[in-house]
Amino acid sequence: MEIGDAFAAAMALIINFESGLAEIVLLSLQVSIIAVAIACLIGLPIGAALAVFQFPGRTAIAVILNAMMGLPPVVVGLIVYLTLSRSGPLGTLGLLYTPTAMIIAQICLVTPIIAALTRQTTEDLWQEYAEHLRSIGIGPWRAVTTLLWDNRFSLITTILAGFGRASAEVGAVMIVGGNIDHVTRVMTTSIALETSKGDLALALGLGIILLALALSVNAAAFIINDAAMKRHG
Amino acid sequence: MDSSANETLPNNVENKSARILPLVLKNVSYEKAGMRLIKDLSVTFNFGSLTVILGPNGAGKSLLLRLCHGLIKPSKGTVDWCGPKVSVPQRYQAMVFQRPVMLRRSVIANLSHSLKYRGINKAERTQKIDNILQHTGLSRLAKVPARLLSVGEQQRLAVARAWSLDPEVLFMDEPTAALDPAATHSLENIIGAIKKSGTKIIMSTHDLGQAKRLADEVLFLYRGRLLEQADASQFFKKPNNDLAQSFMRGELLWWNRQELKPPEQLKERRQK
Repeated sequence: MEIGDAFAAAMALIINFESGLAEIVLLSLQVSIIAVAIACLIGLPIGAALAVFQFPGRTAIAVILNAMMGLPPVVVGLIVYLTLSRSGPLGTLGLLYTPTAMIIAQICLVTPIIAALTRQTTEDLWQEYAEHLRSIGIGPWRAVTTLLWDNRFSLITTILAGFGRASAEVGAVMIVGGNIDHVTRVMTTSIALETSKGDLALALGLGIILLALALSVNAAAFIINDAAMKRHG
Repeated sequence: MDSSANETLPNNVENKSARILPLVLKNVSYEKAGMRLIKDLSVTFNFGSLTVILGPNGAGKSLLLRLCHGLIKPSKGTVDWCGPKVSVPQRYQAMVFQRPVMLRRSVIANLSHSLKYRGINKAERTQKIDNILQHTGLSRLAKVPARLLSVGEQQRLAVARAWSLDPEVLFMDEPTAALDPAATHSLENIIGAIKKSGTKIIMSTHDLGQAKRLADEVLFLYRGRLLEQADASQFFKKPNNDLAQSFMRGELLWWNRQELKPPEQLKERRQK
């Protein structure tokens, strides 16, 4: 049975964790972790500020952010590609087909998710805290930092949701990274490539690792949140 | 902490003089969604006494406190602090809400958070927090996450947190509404200590017994109108206002709308 053989070969690949596979997995993690970290730096304050500040157009921005959570990765890839390509506005940087380009594309995908989810959970907490914080005389920016800190455990879930999105998407990194061996080949792009080439063992092996990663990330989120709820109420 | 520190109240009475008081409300109205919830209310709050705002649910007690504290702006009229430090009135006020707002932090961190934002340095914070924990009986709970406390303990922490800011005026919105008699008793003791420390307390309640125990001065509010302002002793002996009288007798105030005008207007109408 071909699938059975492929599965056995995949397990052998994972157990031996040979260098080709390791390289791909590590690059995937590196790109997605950096992208999520930067997306957090942008998305967390934006989300919390949207929850706290009242200004005209606030609802419109919230709706747009929510809609952007479902941005199609290929479209984001295309836009980043056009921006970074030789004739694009940032073409002189020469970033196309580098891991940096992939990071930029994933930042674009993940930031709206983090900002939108942060806004939702922070808004609930703000409703609860608003009068007390205003009573102490805390300005809106300091309220934002208080809210982000007090909301830290549900924000972990938010951040991990962003990481899940980044590590699982294939469209954007494929377009701007180009799936170049040893340079921009990550798990999702090589699964796409190996499947079309018929090398099911490597594709399956990477697929299993990706699934395991998603599972452990979500399990971690659940455990952290649960423990925090019990500890902090 | 040594025993001499135990005897000193957190705020020293002698150091207190009016910084932002008196608070003067002139013809204040508050409207929301076309409803007039506070109607043409004028009142002055002076330094020293404990003022209790009495009235049934929906009288506008909470709104009045929020208007005074500056959490909401009046639709008409003015709210003015007339003391010498009126440029930063917020700094000398604190408020305790009916449902305690607990940050997702430990008891100590809840106290230190607001002190930090009032610009108190770390050494002084630690000292203030120790002191306040002792005076509110929260010392053994210092490291417990605030949200895991009982409601009574949470409200005590909320009061401790407000007190630690050393306010000249402390607003309390039905602080014991959700508490059992034991918790109410311990909170009333703390309120007494805060008053003794020289803080002006303006609190609302619909608990007559509590008003009798605590008040120096009573405001009686009904349907957004101030119907009576009087010394507590006089008010509890015999309030002038007929609605206040029936409130004191424990009657349910569900008379028809016509009779809900202030007494002067009623008299005028009868004369016509």
